[in-house]
Amino acid sequence: MKKLEMKSVGHSIRKIDGMAIATGKPVYTEDLAMSNALVVKILRSPHAFAKIKSIDLSRAEAVEGVECILTFQDVPSERFTLAGQSYPEPSPYDRLILDQIVRYVGDEVAIIAAVDEKTAVQAMKRIKVDYEVWKPVLDFEQALGHATVVHPEEDLSCNFDIGLQKEKNIASSFIEAVGDVEEEFKRCDVVVEDVYYPQAQSHAMMESYRAYTFLDHTGRLVVVSSTQIPFHIRRQLARALQIPASKIRVMKPRIGGGFGGKQTGAVEVFTAIVTLKTGKPALIVYDRKETFTSTTSRHAMRLKVRLGADQEGLIRAIDMEVLSDTGAYGEHAATVLSCVGHYTLPLYNKTRAVRITGNAVYTNKMSAGAFRGYGATQGTFALESTVNLLAERLGMDPTEVRLKNISKEGETFLTGQGVLLGSSSLDRCIKKGKELIGWKDKFPRRASGENKVRAVGMAITMQGSGIANIGTASIEIRLNDDGNFTLLTGATDMGTGCDTILSQMAAEILEIPIENIMVNAADTDSSPYDPGSYASSTTYVAGTATVKAAEDLKKKILEQGAKLLGVALQEAELNGLAVRTLNGDREISLVKLAELTILGTGKLQLTGYATHGSAVSPPPYVAGFAEVEIDQETGKVELINYVAVVDCGTVINPNLARMQAEGGIAQGIGMALYEEVRYDDAGTMATNSFMQYKIPCRKDIGHVHVAFEESYEPTGPFGAKSIGEVVANTPPPAIAHAVYNAVGVRVNRLPITSEKVFLGIRESSKDLR
Amino acid sequence: MQIKVTINNKLVTWDVEKDEFLADTLRSHGLLSVKKACETSCCGLCTVWLEDKPVLSCSILSLRIHGKKITTIEGVPKEAEEFARVLTAEGAEQCGFCSPGFIMNVLAMKNELVNPSEEEIIHYLTGNLCRCTGYMGQLRAVKTYLGVL
Repeated sequence: MKKLEMKSVGHSIRKIDGMAIATGKPVYTEDLAMSNALVVKILRSPHAFAKIKSIDLSRAEAVEGVECILTFQDVPSERFTLAGQSYPEPSPYDRLILDQIVRYVGDEVAIIAAVDEKTAVQAMKRIKVDYEVWKPVLDFEQALGHATVVHPEEDLSCNFDIGLQKEKNIASSFIEAVGDVEEEFKRCDVVVEDVYYPQAQSHAMMESYRAYTFLDHTGRLVVVSSTQIPFHIRRQLARALQIPASKIRVMKPRIGGGFGGKQTGAVEVFTAIVTLKTGKPALIVYDRKETFTSTTSRHAMRLKVRLGADQEGLIRAIDMEVLSDTGAYGEHAATVLSCVGHYTLPLYNKTRAVRITGNAVYTNKMSAGAFRGYGATQGTFALESTVNLLAERLGMDPTEVRLKNISKEGETFLTGQGVLLGSSSLDRCIKKGKELIGWKDKFPRRASGENKVRAVGMAITMQGSGIANIGTASIEIRLNDDGNFTLLTGATDMGTGCDTILSQMAAEILEIPIENIMVNAADTDSSPYDPGSYASSTTYVAGTATVKAAEDLKKKILEQGAKLLGVALQEAELNGLAVRTLNGDREISLVKLAELTILGTGKLQLTGYATHGSAVSPPPYVAGFAEVEIDQETGKVELINYVAVVDCGTVINPNLARMQAEGGIAQGIGMALYEEVRYDDAGTMATNSFMQYKIPCRKDIGHVHVAFEESYEPTGPFGAKSIGEVVANTPPPAIAHAVYNAVGVRVNRLPITSEKVFLGIRESSKDLR
Repeated sequence: MQIKVTINNKLVTWDVEKDEFLADTLRSHGLLSVKKACETSCCGLCTVWLEDKPVLSCSILSLRIHGKKITTIEGVPKEAEEFARVLTAEGAEQCGFCSPGFIMNVLAMKNELVNPSEEEIIHYLTGNLCRCTGYMGQLRAVKTYLGVL
């Protein structure tokens, strides 16, 4: 694929669903649910760890309008995982739809279905549960080998050896090492180390978790859900409900944001079991409190990082030790843990030895799950903060340390098993970012009015593009009887714009306007298989499948066109919605070609089809730069500017890529400065509304400036790599760096609140006395 | 209990419960542009106009709008589309879930403020949360729409 003059790719085309969703058309899950659907509510555990001794439903069932109430005695006994991962999932099968043991405050105890919400809530309040309350383990640093075992059950299993040791509360353990790290540290001139605590973060997508279910005209279970993973949900439900997957259809309408949250099943099992038990449609809509307290968050972690370098500033050894809090259940525990090193260590390839070890531990808190960045975010905070520490120790400019050490195009890295890096413009990203933030004049700090100081900081990051050798996507493109096209995909646009981006790619290959393509997406009955939109896969993996499917179809159209025109294949070309002879004397429109092939005597509907998976997962990159202003009297931190320069390969749709980047940066700013999932001493989540859990509003983000430094990824569609996740990773370390440069306070426990900065300033002035 | 209200310029009589909130009433009558995303009057998604002024419909009891005039985005399709075209040209609707409430507040701001500064725009719209866009694209769209580049 050569980048000539392109008509669709590379253009800021408006999203095909943009006007409908912006103007409030009824296209989301709850808008589409049938009005006679039963309303489903969940009774939740008030205890962090307990065994249900008995449940008295008599007063609840007596409420008029109650359709069914289900407890642990009414559900199948096969354990499953809600993690949205390709089969066989590397997450433990450690949960039931309802369990006799409840493992966190908010865990499900009973499912109530009634004619309306009021009735369901009224019934819920009349359920009497007798608990045997157990002592919970809440502190994840105490979980390993704690007397409390979060999963004492015998029937917990996993498809792989992920290092699960349930009697020690270890959901997964991980080690990856190349070379002799300890020997290498001995040879290093400078060794720095520190400990970091990136916190649990809530996705806080505006549309909470919701689904409705009903039985269709053949008695099959139909699930309409705000999910990123229709095919995984179908498989989960089949296992959880013990019915064949062929009896289930899952569809995704428009989604009001996901950020990885909707890569974990949340609500589907509850409505599905109600519909199966009652035969009636059922709807569940989580309120904000349930969304905060009873779904998933980012994994809180403790990371110990040790870095060794020579006098030139070349990083020779990296050692990372990770402890990850997976909460009550192990969804994504193993994979997020392994991604910590996977998406950080390849940044630097002057290393001679690297090692990463880690455990993900069970605790009696809400489960962690997939969240944009998926371990890279936590790893980037820890590693990049330590690289900034190293730069200071070496007396070098931190941008120079990066430029000296980063892996470059065509190079390998220590843990990369010899695979060459196909594309990178990270060096250009760093240089451009320095210019845009004004690094030369601003680093490290300047006074800025009375008691105020301004400073800059930076960090770099990478992610993957899809999951190498695991993630696949299938695409079908059909020439319809009217000469237009249908693109069928299982990818799940959640606001990201992938329905539009895949159309742009198909339109480019087929040399047609994007308006001539209809997208039929995310319906397990009609879509070709796609794991769903996560792991930064869609543009790169589904995109390449789209290109291949479109090329397949184009070839078939040309063959038929040439035949109908009575010329050789090489004398025909496709453009302007027609097949033409090269000399232009004859043409057949796609409308006519469709008519002649599909209808009447042709008997041949043309379709292009491709399944694609990649053997590599090319990293996109970001160089992030923060400028903060700190009031030295109060510790108040204000973000003034944030510059992010992105290498996502070829930019398929500049507007949509920019929006992904700006949104990811804002989420990263939230993680750096404001957001934190907190619990009280009994294990009840304190941050269960937007009053307690602060996401950035438009006054909190300063001025965010995004720029692109395109590279060309040879394995990507039109040279593209991913962008969705990588953009969330730089703000925590870059802002922490800027804060340090301003007032000399290193905040390693996120978020960097003004209080921590104030106390840090006070502490260091004490040291001076 | 019955209320008489003017909804999108049409006088209607609705039965409402005494503890029912306006956002739920509107949704139950098919005005599905009205979204809810919190229970604490924090997010701005449910913004509609009460007597032409933006309010949070999730925290107004439906009984209290008796005799009043309510406007949702369905009631101002021309103006909404005009701004939505600018918003989507910027790509700044993303998931779209917060857009109807946001647009109602932008249109209200246009009626209320003359030539607002960037600071005034940001201040006026602060109550409209968005988790997708990071706000910069929305700001560009609003400035383009108001012609205050």
